[in-house]
Amino acid sequence: MQISIQLNGRKITEDVRPDLLLIDWVREHGCYSVKRGCETSNCGLCTVFLDEKPVLSCSVLAARADGHRVDTLEGLQEEASEFGAFIADQGAEQCGFCNPGMIMNAIALFRENVDPTDDEIREYLAGNLCRCSGYEGQLRGIRAFIEYKKKGGAVCRQ
Amino acid sequence: MQTVGQPIRKKDAMALVTGQPVFTEDMAPKDCLIVKVLRSPHANAVVKSIKTDIAKKVPGIEDIYTWEDVPQQRFTMAGQTYPEPSPYDRLILDRHVRYVGDPVAIVAGENELCVDRALKMIKVEYEVLPALLDFRAAKDHELLVHPEDNWRSLCPVGADNTRNLCASDRTQDGDVDVVLADCDVVVEGTYHVQAAQQAMMETFRTVCYIDMYGRLNVMSSTQIVFHVRRILSNALGIPKSKIRAWKPRIGGGFGAKQTVVAEVFPAFVTWKTKKPSKMIFTREESQTASTPRHEMEVTVKVGANRDGRIRAIDVYTLSNTGAYGEHGPTTVGLSGHKSIPLYGSLEAHRFAYDVVYTNVMSAGAYRGYGATQGIFAVESAVNELAQKLGMDPVELRFKNMVREGQTMPAYYGETAASCALDRCMKRAKEMIGWDEKYPCKDMGNGKVRSVGVAMAMQGSGISGVDVGSATIKLNEDGIYTLSIAAADMGTGCDTILAQMEAQCLDCSMEDIIVSGADTDTSPYDSGSYASSTTYVTGRAVERACEKLRERIEKRASELLECDVCELEFDGQTAKNLSNGRTVTLEEIGTASMCGNNVALQVTESHSSPVSPPPFMVGMVEIELDQETGHVEILDYAAVVDCGTVVNPNLARVQVEGGLVQGIGMALYEQIQYNEKGQMLNNSFMQYKVPTRLDMGKLRVEFESSYEPSGPFGAKSIGEIVINTPAPALAHAIANATGIWFKELPITSEKIAMGIEGQCE
Repeated sequence: MQISIQLNGRKITEDVRPDLLLIDWVREHGCYSVKRGCETSNCGLCTVFLDEKPVLSCSVLAARADGHRVDTLEGLQEEASEFGAFIADQGAEQCGFCNPGMIMNAIALFRENVDPTDDEIREYLAGNLCRCSGYEGQLRGIRAFIEYKKKGGAVCRQ
Repeated sequence: MQTVGQPIRKKDAMALVTGQPVFTEDMAPKDCLIVKVLRSPHANAVVKSIKTDIAKKVPGIEDIYTWEDVPQQRFTMAGQTYPEPSPYDRLILDRHVRYVGDPVAIVAGENELCVDRALKMIKVEYEVLPALLDFRAAKDHELLVHPEDNWRSLCPVGADNTRNLCASDRTQDGDVDVVLADCDVVVEGTYHVQAAQQAMMETFRTVCYIDMYGRLNVMSSTQIVFHVRRILSNALGIPKSKIRAWKPRIGGGFGAKQTVVAEVFPAFVTWKTKKPSKMIFTREESQTASTPRHEMEVTVKVGANRDGRIRAIDVYTLSNTGAYGEHGPTTVGLSGHKSIPLYGSLEAHRFAYDVVYTNVMSAGAYRGYGATQGIFAVESAVNELAQKLGMDPVELRFKNMVREGQTMPAYYGETAASCALDRCMKRAKEMIGWDEKYPCKDMGNGKVRSVGVAMAMQGSGISGVDVGSATIKLNEDGIYTLSIAAADMGTGCDTILAQMEAQCLDCSMEDIIVSGADTDTSPYDSGSYASSTTYVTGRAVERACEKLRERIEKRASELLECDVCELEFDGQTAKNLSNGRTVTLEEIGTASMCGNNVALQVTESHSSPVSPPPFMVGMVEIELDQETGHVEILDYAAVVDCGTVVNPNLARVQVEGGLVQGIGMALYEQIQYNEKGQMLNNSFMQYKVPTRLDMGKLRVEFESSYEPSGPFGAKSIGEIVINTPAPALAHAIANATGIWFKELPITSEKIAMGIEGQCE
């Protein structure tokens, strides 16, 4: 079947199998930040934006994204490095395999709520598993980023 | 400039947080063959016949291999130094399948669709045999997991396949029975630790291709590139010189990737077809056909006098290695060698063990490596002893814990040259508010708050075995390249080793390129396991820096036309002290490429005769719901002595990550088999790893000792951190309920049932 998706700002129209998952489609188009950590929608590694809302791309058919906009971390490099630097400053990125999914979801959180509480952060990111960090360093990084944004994001973090 | 001890950002951090394609699958050739295996549905069976002719006709299938196609010499997949203590009990494909998930056929094809189709069309006729699933009954059972003649054990570890024994040993110091008989109080208990999964986020995966020299190149998510090369050579029956193994970024290891799990299958396919191939394990395969923690049942006797002096510890461990012996003979040793020595003034100790084969998936290496199991048992028994003695368990520890300068008879007779365990205990006690909170407080709403404590130790590398190496070269722009074969699996060893180099060579972190691990270009390193990299490879880096500095000064002295002793080198500039002439590092680097006979490149190796233990104390405060048995972690105070802390950020995150893994193992991560030997917890739906809602508040501090044999006084940090949660939580739960749970995980259900049982 033919689908047409706006991937990271670029319109792609092509024939796909009806059972092709969105995760496999975006990886086929070079979006390697999107990782598969399970097959049961439990890990959050494959989080992408579908019309700016975070979804698990392992649980969405590519066909369902037909006519919609899909964004991955490849299309959000500036936000990723601005926020990611705060995770890096805690050493909380560790192996890095879960980072893109967590960072996508964190960006979604910040867009919805510029000043979340710790509990709101934990709740929102509960579906993003990480086996390395124990989550505490990620929380410190997120808190530091929020404080930095509150101060206008003036300090250059690169 | 001080770089050691600084919270420096990881060198690869920004690539990781921006999602760059730096992992194995991201770099696979686009057209490579997809490799999958057909797995046995039976726990013990012999393949009577296998028909692949129809499956081979599926369009896109390259080939299908069965037991008849593979070499018949046995090998082990354990990533250990040769000769491996793990027995040679594997074939790539075996006619005799020994657990549900054992590979029966390898299928290679153009894409997943055709491979999946072909897998369904292979017809296998099995002779199903009774399965040996109870590890308590395995020793000397009439059913043999490995009846074959060509099974062999390379090391004297007490292995005997005719008795289902993968290893067996017994050591003692003093007469334990006599001392125990003379003790006022003896506590005895049998503790069970489940086969928890490492559950790293990136499953096992390997990409293979043939290079321009016709050699097999293996890019794999592995902690052990050099062992991978040897193991593939053994498995495929080809010379090591025909193989190159290297690793890109690794999506977590925790010991899982200290075993060759995925590599043999695509390596076999690529060697046969000469075409690139890849194998990506599903999460289900990672759960069911991998290398989890060894299930162990540890029986402990601890004897003490009324005054709280612990006089003897007796440990017997029964370990379940599953269908194959990967890491079986070695993990078990740590259950005694890294639990008993926590107590410094024993009159006698005994440690005996059996490691048995059964028809479940093979166990392997998992962070803690047996110490975790032993420490859960010994620390739980000591907590129970405190209760029997009517003594505060912290006081009991202060009376008996190992102190700096003491000899540790149960730890290969090594001396605790650096040990701040007492300071760790003191600080943890303050952090958690032990004196106010011990043992518990009824909140009056059906909930009880309580605290628990545990101590832990580990090693720093395998003494006399592990080798770490570093090659450092100066480039023409004054930038260094550090080549290593230690494997950064997220731990940050690329960065901390560069920190050591920057400190030794007075340069900045930006002036160091880190390269590796690659069997073709890196100097030999046993790999990143056994908490070895900081301590062992770190020392090699230090030594390489010393040697390279001498070379740089020699070349500088030539350029400045003076003796080395007349020269001062500050890392950036060399100065002839007699005439003030200078030459920069960049100029020295450039001069090394013109008319030069002194290679500005040095390789140093290091192996340590000792393995200095890091120590730690964990204290937890929980709130337990008496109705549901739910345990909420309120606060976890962890104080660690890892010697000098090389990078406080990375060390801290190691601790936090290990604590949360330990909490998962203590409270809910579960491996269960049904009566057919099928694993029930085969996905993240059933196998619950902690989320960020489950871990409560973690507080980590360091109480550093100085380890004289370590680089900058450092010891290890990677593994010890998983060892305190299980005993500390079991203790807190006992303090809240009065029930000593001896079987992990201590689920809410078990607690609720236990409380219910008390009421009846």
